[in-house]
Amino acid sequence: MKRAARYIIFYAALLGLWTLLAKLKIWPPYLFPTPWGVAESLYAGFQDQSYWIAIRVSMQRVLIGYGISVVLGMILGLGVASNKFLEETMGGLLVSLQSLPSICWWPLALLWFGLNQNAILFVVIMGSLLSVTLAMEDGRKQMPKIFGQAGRNLGAKGFQLFWYVLLPASLPFIVSGLKQGWAFAWRSLITAEMLYLSLGLGQVLMMGRDLNDMSAVIAVMLLIIAIGYIIDGVVFKGMERHLQNKWGLAPAN
Amino acid sequence: MSSNAQAVSRRYPIPVEPRMPARGAKLGPVSDGHPDVPLATPVSKVGLREICLSYRTQSGERLLALDRINLQVRAGEFLCVVGPSGCGKSTLLHLIAGLHWQTSGQVLVDGRPVQGPGTDRILIFQEHGLFPWLTVAENVEFGMKMKGLPKAERIEKMRHYLRLVHLTKFEKSYIHQLSGGMRQRVAIARALATEPDVLLMDEPFAALDAQTRDLLHDELERIWSETGRTIIFVTHNVREAVRLGDRVVLLTFRPGRVKSEFPISLARPRSLEDPEVTLTAREVLDELRDEINRSLEAEYTAGIKPHIEPGVGA
Repeated sequence: MKRAARYIIFYAALLGLWTLLAKLKIWPPYLFPTPWGVAESLYAGFQDQSYWIAIRVSMQRVLIGYGISVVLGMILGLGVASNKFLEETMGGLLVSLQSLPSICWWPLALLWFGLNQNAILFVVIMGSLLSVTLAMEDGRKQMPKIFGQAGRNLGAKGFQLFWYVLLPASLPFIVSGLKQGWAFAWRSLITAEMLYLSLGLGQVLMMGRDLNDMSAVIAVMLLIIAIGYIIDGVVFKGMERHLQNKWGLAPAN
Repeated sequence: MSSNAQAVSRRYPIPVEPRMPARGAKLGPVSDGHPDVPLATPVSKVGLREICLSYRTQSGERLLALDRINLQVRAGEFLCVVGPSGCGKSTLLHLIAGLHWQTSGQVLVDGRPVQGPGTDRILIFQEHGLFPWLTVAENVEFGMKMKGLPKAERIEKMRHYLRLVHLTKFEKSYIHQLSGGMRQRVAIARALATEPDVLLMDEPFAALDAQTRDLLHDELERIWSETGRTIIFVTHNVREAVRLGDRVVLLTFRPGRVKSEFPISLARPRSLEDPEVTLTAREVLDELRDEINRSLEAEYTAGIKPHIEPGVGA
């Protein structure tokens, strides 16, 4: 209860400060909107369906892009982890590539795929693929060897061994990498959408700027934060909790 | 006894060097005509022929881990292998399981060379061999699922084997919810559920407390006599080996060689406290002591840490 009280006090203070600054009119209202101005924008955006459409389009893209990243990343990571030659050659390349912001792929994607959805997907994939690959590689190495031996001993081989043993055995070690991959995918998507008229949340955000409608901009920013937070807090936290219960690991913190 | 043995010898010429175990001498199944094995030679359930294993250490030198191991294990035999840490006894089990390859020599099962892992030989690990992401029931069903057995049959067998190890009530538990002893009973049930001919046990009770271990000794002896499986049991605890085995094989310290064999003809069921068990264990331990000293010496000179628990005098 104490914790809830602290939350309420903190956010009430934040809102109060925001209202105060807006009321003082240091900046003109179109540059610094009031909280209820933002609330009105949110309401209007959902009312005329434009936010719903934007959310749906963005979610669709991120799910496809992230999904491809996860599948490819697991195969790549497993390959790198189980092959000495790949590890020595590609391992370093993967790490160095991760320092490249995914939006740097945008010009390349435009030339390769044209100004369309595939270019956006490409940037999303490049944003999250490396995290997933490195996480899978790491997870495969951290996973106790005994599970693979026990699996083979009990008659699992090839794909069966991967699907029923290696993958579930390495999940606790790759879940944080999957989470990081998701965060990268989500950021890459919004960035790419801002650069190209494309119906998604990124575009709605840019539209607010074009119309000098700062309350709409802040409204969409809140949406982007909320979606990222919900996926992280619900999907990944749930997955972590589920794994902790099964494996009997102490909950983090 | 003699009439039976004569009947056998009349039909089949006696092998040149018969390795006759002291008690309960029974010949293994006769060859089914496999070309490698001449008819009329008793075929062991598991045969190790001149097994050598060497590997390169990190400093680059070649280390001989196993040196010309020859062993024949009869069908239904309970064989215990003892030796100090670093004698390669666990590696030997991995070779039989097909999880590792020997440098030279042959591992034969029913007279045929082992080609890799197979569910006719199931290995039970010291600990952590169970899958923590599966329930007890799913763990026991795992091998059958890989074989493609239908769900109904799997469940029936899973229940049967869980009953055998007295864990019926824990079907839906996850592994971390069980005690060490319960885990090893699940591991035994999981191994038995794939219906292997040979159970390979790699110090399965080493991490358990003494009471639990005693209990599992009794259960293992019972399960062995009920199911008639061949068991190869590796341990560093000499009393455990004498308490369980039909025969105890002693390996030397690095490289592992067969130093001596002790047929154990004590009446069953046995107990760890039987004076005969203690006496026989002492006999084995006298031979083992040199090897333990050598492994300790290696510890002092090379910083290798052996883990020895002679188990006598405790």
